[in-house]
Amino acid sequence: MRTSNVSKAILVLALAASHMALAAETEVSDSDRIAQYREMISDGNPADFDEMAGETLWKTPGGPNKASLETCDLGKGAGVVKGVYTALPRYFKDTGKVQDLESRLLTCMTTIQGIPEEAITAKPFNSDKKKSDISSLATYVVGQSKGMKMKVSVRHPKEKEAYEIGKRIFNYRAGPYDFACSTCHATSNVRIRLQDLPNFNVKKDAQSAYSSWPAYRVSQGQTRSFQWRLNDCFRQQRFPEPKFVSEATIDLAMFLAVSANGVEYAGPGLKR
Amino acid sequence: MNAKWMIGMVASVSLAVLAMPVQAAKADAALDAKTAEIVKRDFRDKGIAKADRVIQDELQAKCSQYLDKLPPKLKLKLETEQAESLKFPADGNMMGDWKAGEKLAQDGSGMTWSDKADKPAGGNCYNCHRLSTKEISYGTIGPSLMNYGKIRGNGEDIQRHVYGHIYNAKAYNACANMPRFGYRGVLTEANIKDLVALLLDPESPVNK
Amino acid sequence: MGNPMKIRASVKDGVTEVKVLMQHEMATGLGKDAEGALIPAWFITEVKAQHQGRTVMEAQWGQSISKNPYVVFRFKGGAAGEKVTVTWIDNKGDSRIDEAVISA
Repeated sequence: MRTSNVSKAILVLALAASHMALAAETEVSDSDRIAQYREMISDGNPADFDEMAGETLWKTPGGPNKASLETCDLGKGAGVVKGVYTALPRYFKDTGKVQDLESRLLTCMTTIQGIPEEAITAKPFNSDKKKSDISSLATYVVGQSKGMKMKVSVRHPKEKEAYEIGKRIFNYRAGPYDFACSTCHATSNVRIRLQDLPNFNVKKDAQSAYSSWPAYRVSQGQTRSFQWRLNDCFRQQRFPEPKFVSEATIDLAMFLAVSANGVEYAGPGLKR
Repeated sequence: MNAKWMIGMVASVSLAVLAMPVQAAKADAALDAKTAEIVKRDFRDKGIAKADRVIQDELQAKCSQYLDKLPPKLKLKLETEQAESLKFPADGNMMGDWKAGEKLAQDGSGMTWSDKADKPAGGNCYNCHRLSTKEISYGTIGPSLMNYGKIRGNGEDIQRHVYGHIYNAKAYNACANMPRFGYRGVLTEANIKDLVALLLDPESPVNK
Repeated sequence: MGNPMKIRASVKDGVTEVKVLMQHEMATGLGKDAEGALIPAWFITEVKAQHQGRTVMEAQWGQSISKNPYVVFRFKGGAAGEKVTVTWIDNKGDSRIDEAVISA
């Protein structure tokens, strides 16, 4: 049997095309598939419920003073929530210090609402037994900066110092394993097990990492705040526990936020 | 504006410029000191993780200060000091059981504040390294150790090299990312022997 | 009454797509708490979606559905402005009804 040259050519082309298609198919990496999974479920983010709860907490009178948080100044004036997360951490004149979002919420919950500080800081993170109000409030506030450009300032001398100290904490090797943040987060294209690690010395990595927190963690069934993220990193570094909204955590947050400046904030995020 | 004035200006500007690195170094040192103060104050005991863990030894402080890129003399000094801590098994037998080694390598628990004091720590190996040819869930922070024994053999020299590395990696590279598992009492002598076997035993999945 | 759901419905080419995010612990009954005690089973057993009196989706769920379930389904019909109602019942007898307006 003789096959015409044209049909031979078509056959070769078809085989080549299918081979390429197969090659392209097998080119999809594990990272790609994880990204695909994230996109598919991004519409159904349970952090939305934390946002709703946070909004209610912001507007409802509470605490011994029976006051709402609507006079709380998060950096853009009393009661302004829209866009404030793009400029946090920042220096606040009334407290004389640099504060991140959770620290500032603590200030307002204690001074405006009269809630004792210990009552909030004893259990500041969500647990299966109890949801944390300050965590829900933080989730609500960050949601009001979604889609807006991060623009954290280091103009004030205290902000500049916070950044410098934060950078040193990032590189601070200690504990029985000699780990610092930099041990995992200062090299590009490495991963721990199958978890890709952002390199905070590279703008693109820092931006995508920072802009996705706080986030709902599917594996934990809870929304996790930024102070929680720092807390859990230190746990895995084999450090002792950082005190909630302590200067160490705020300075470190300042360093990380500044490294992500310019990114469009995408939180609250959704993670596995 | 005369020549004297010009010379005076140039002199003071030069002096100022020369003084800048000194000023910067002073400012850096002040910030380093302040950072250590803040860290000491802002971390507290939790579970088995005691607050004094944040006090740096010389090696940790220098690696932090130089962002892991030590001046050569200092690097050598620290590596020499770390090498003094190396403790090899008294009976000279460094190969244990690779099956136990694989279990240890897969175990990433230990030493955190959520770990119990009476539970032995794992080796944490797969978090950073590729090991068994069959395990796909491996990290890439450290070099691949797949086929380690197959490539390098398993003579006494290699056994000593592997054992020493797990005992105190900083003796070989002062600012290595790898923890000092033996020196800091994270892993026992028996544990390390099992890990040596994992890497070097021809029957180990690392070499098959 | 259980926790509120988030429902979004949109219609395109004669097919309405509904996305529902529910708030529910969905405990399997096999999990243990920090002290080691079994956490009792607590999960949604039935889900029903309705459009203009017609049931457009029905589901019988069990322990394998995970916490804060997210479900997406489509049905033929529906027009912008019409309502879709979603109901769930769980094994403790608790229930929740929410509705959403179909968008274009």
